Amino acid sequence: MGEEITLNITRYNPDKDGKYTTQRYSIPYKNDWSILDALNYVKAELDGSLTYRWSCRMAVCGSCGMMVNGTPRLTCSTYLNEFYPKEITIEPLANFPVIRDLVVDINDFMAKLKSAKPWIIRKNKRDEDDTSKEYLQTTGQMDKYYQQTLCINCTLCYAACPVYGLHPDFLGPAVIALGHRYNKDSRDEGKADRREVLASEHGVWKCTVVGDCTEVCPKHVDPSAAIQRTKVDSAINWFFSFLTGRK
Amino acid sequence: MDVINHDILIVGGGGAGLRAAIEISKSNPSLKTAVVSKVYPMRSHTVAAEGGSAAVLKEDDNHDLHAYDTVKGSDFLADQDAVEVFVRDATREVVQIERWGCPWNREEDGRIATRWFGGMSRKRTLHAADKTGFHLLHALFQTSLKYDTLMRYDEWFVAALLVDEGKLGGVLALDTRRGVFSILAAKAVILCTGGVGRMYAFTSNAGIKTGDGAALAYRAGAPIKDMEFIQFHPSGLLRTGILITEASRGEGGYLYNKDGKRFMENYAPSKMELAPRDIVSRSIIEEVLAGRGFEGPYGSYVQLDLRHLGEAKIMEKLPMVRELCLDFAGMDPVYEPIPIRPTMHYTMGGVHTDKDGKTPIAGLYAAGEGGCVSIHGANRLGSNSLTELLVFGARAGRSAAEYVPISKPCSSERLQSLAKREMDIIQKRYMQPGNGKEKAGAILADLRKTMDEKVGIYRTDDGLKDAVQIIQRLKERFTGIRITQQSKVFNTELTGAMELDNMLEIAHVIAMNARIRKESRGGHARKDFPKRDDEQFLHHSLVFKTPEGPKRETFPVTITKWKPEERKY
Repeated sequence: MGEEITLNITRYNPDKDGKYTTQRYSIPYKNDWSILDALNYVKAELDGSLTYRWSCRMAVCGSCGMMVNGTPRLTCSTYLNEFYPKEITIEPLANFPVIRDLVVDINDFMAKLKSAKPWIIRKNKRDEDDTSKEYLQTTGQMDKYYQQTLCINCTLCYAACPVYGLHPDFLGPAVIALGHRYNKDSRDEGKADRREVLASEHGVWKCTVVGDCTEVCPKHVDPSAAIQRTKVDSAINWFFSFLTGRK
Repeated sequence: MDVINHDILIVGGGGAGLRAAIEISKSNPSLKTAVVSKVYPMRSHTVAAEGGSAAVLKEDDNHDLHAYDTVKGSDFLADQDAVEVFVRDATREVVQIERWGCPWNREEDGRIATRWFGGMSRKRTLHAADKTGFHLLHALFQTSLKYDTLMRYDEWFVAALLVDEGKLGGVLALDTRRGVFSILAAKAVILCTGGVGRMYAFTSNAGIKTGDGAALAYRAGAPIKDMEFIQFHPSGLLRTGILITEASRGEGGYLYNKDGKRFMENYAPSKMELAPRDIVSRSIIEEVLAGRGFEGPYGSYVQLDLRHLGEAKIMEKLPMVRELCLDFAGMDPVYEPIPIRPTMHYTMGGVHTDKDGKTPIAGLYAAGEGGCVSIHGANRLGSNSLTELLVFGARAGRSAAEYVPISKPCSSERLQSLAKREMDIIQKRYMQPGNGKEKAGAILADLRKTMDEKVGIYRTDDGLKDAVQIIQRLKERFTGIRITQQSKVFNTELTGAMELDNMLEIAHVIAMNARIRKESRGGHARKDFPKRDDEQFLHHSLVFKTPEGPKRETFPVTITKWKPEERKY
């Protein structure tokens, strides 16, 4: 018998007893295994009922986020060797309702995503589907929004956000960052259409600048900075509307 | 059983599915359209495509050149009329996705930039760094959100197509969250379910790539085409098989054997590292077989060296390659060569369709990797597949939207009886926990080992004969599968069993076809028949499911401008 490592995994099945329990699994320790490899081992060899999401196993599909020793992480790119020989606690992402075991309900996130209108809006609607030629955009113009295009919707930032934990109405980091991404895109003319949502009482002003979202983001989207910039933009807009009397 | 009525269902929410959905929503918002996907659409495997999307955009290029490159890349098995349609539509589609927000890399003057790719005679691959699939998928998904009429069934698993006398009536689908099966009625269904990669152990493909669409269509009576053609991508990251993009070589990376030699000069002196994927992958295997590979704890490999590109260029053009190497191989390509070997990457075959995504079943369409038009023939050129999703997703969407108003729905009673028959099969086959002894994981592991070893880059009659027998045994073992739980909510043991069943069904066809095709063409390389044989095999294979087993027919290849010639680079 080689070395072993212990995983403490949250179990929850509304079909069974609907109680949250923690199950301990001892598995072989492999230096090059990710947490996801370990979960796949448990499911294939020890317990077929263990339930979690995963797909690409290369940190781009955003499916496999979980709390690993209390921190939101992508389990496909978090390795056992970071913790060994200590035990590892694996829980569903915080701040979301749990569907089963490590699977959480992200429908709230999906609805908010749509509310921020994350698509190119043009004053002349015909521009949107015009395929005769591309919009011109310089690399400099692209730099203004590119960082926020990198969001994989893994929702780790929601699990880390204390404001979202307390106020589920808060739009939250990734959605505001995406709204900001389109606002800053030189091809877009929809800033005014997004203002209502982004600057609403559930929008940027709820954020208390804890910055945990930026800490946990696996793609360095820096939602915190995007939120602060959107605050500045909407303050300026408010100031000008005050001066000019327009809404 | 509940029946929910629709006009069009799109099964699968990756690039092809979302492009089809947008096309329908845009052109005819009165149609009741829904995307049914076993994952949230932005989790689809399109997200993992890296290098780019090919289209004629520049002054030094033209559609005939793109078509010829594609046909030659296909080893002359592509249908040339389809390829001509593809390259023409491609130009429009890549501009359309730009208008929908895709952050294509740009030239100094703000126009879309292009890069070199394997087998392409011009610099025609558009790219968004090396995260092209990711950006393309998210641009499509986010754009799809603006259509309020477009519905989604996220995390619903389609278990069967409901076909009434050769005409599509809907699907039987499992809402995985509730664990409840419903009938989703529709006049048209577009299968956009991707390839079969997960039946191989060393693959770049995601866990969800289980050939569901091919299996659904095949069981419903539609033929599947050219399944023997599997693409192995030259640069799979050692240990995991994760994709290191061909753009690494497009941007100037070299391949080295252990003697420090750029070995591609022995195999494709004019194209070197930018020969098509089938050729580069075989060259790597030849080097390893000749003892010129490196050896390590994860097996034999060669090196992909990017160091001479420098950190600035790697960070600008290949940031994901660097991330992947750091996260999944613990090395930095700025300072060290990347250890790689060929990884199963793409399924050239799929559900047989015409240029508009139509299958022989009225109302059933397919597009993307899960369909087979065929524009890739025996070997797909890198960066033609993202474009394919856009072109044929849109075409299938348009064609389904035209079909629906002139077709009649299947009656509710008839759907109920079709669904009941399918439910009986599901109950018996997958949902009798405790009765069986076979672990799904063990069957899958055996399948993957068999496909890697016997239906891989090089194939022989002996190996393929073994493979067919082993797969038949695995299918028998499957009938004794053990499901340990009856929970309804999010039962991934149940969906996993259905996926495994799909893979076994299609793996059988792949191995059988590969054995019958006694020639070497594109991605199908037979050690015992090393030459292409146009006399006997310049045809597509179509396989139908019959009670006696898979039945193979042939289907002619359409040749318009380019007569088959020797394929040299």
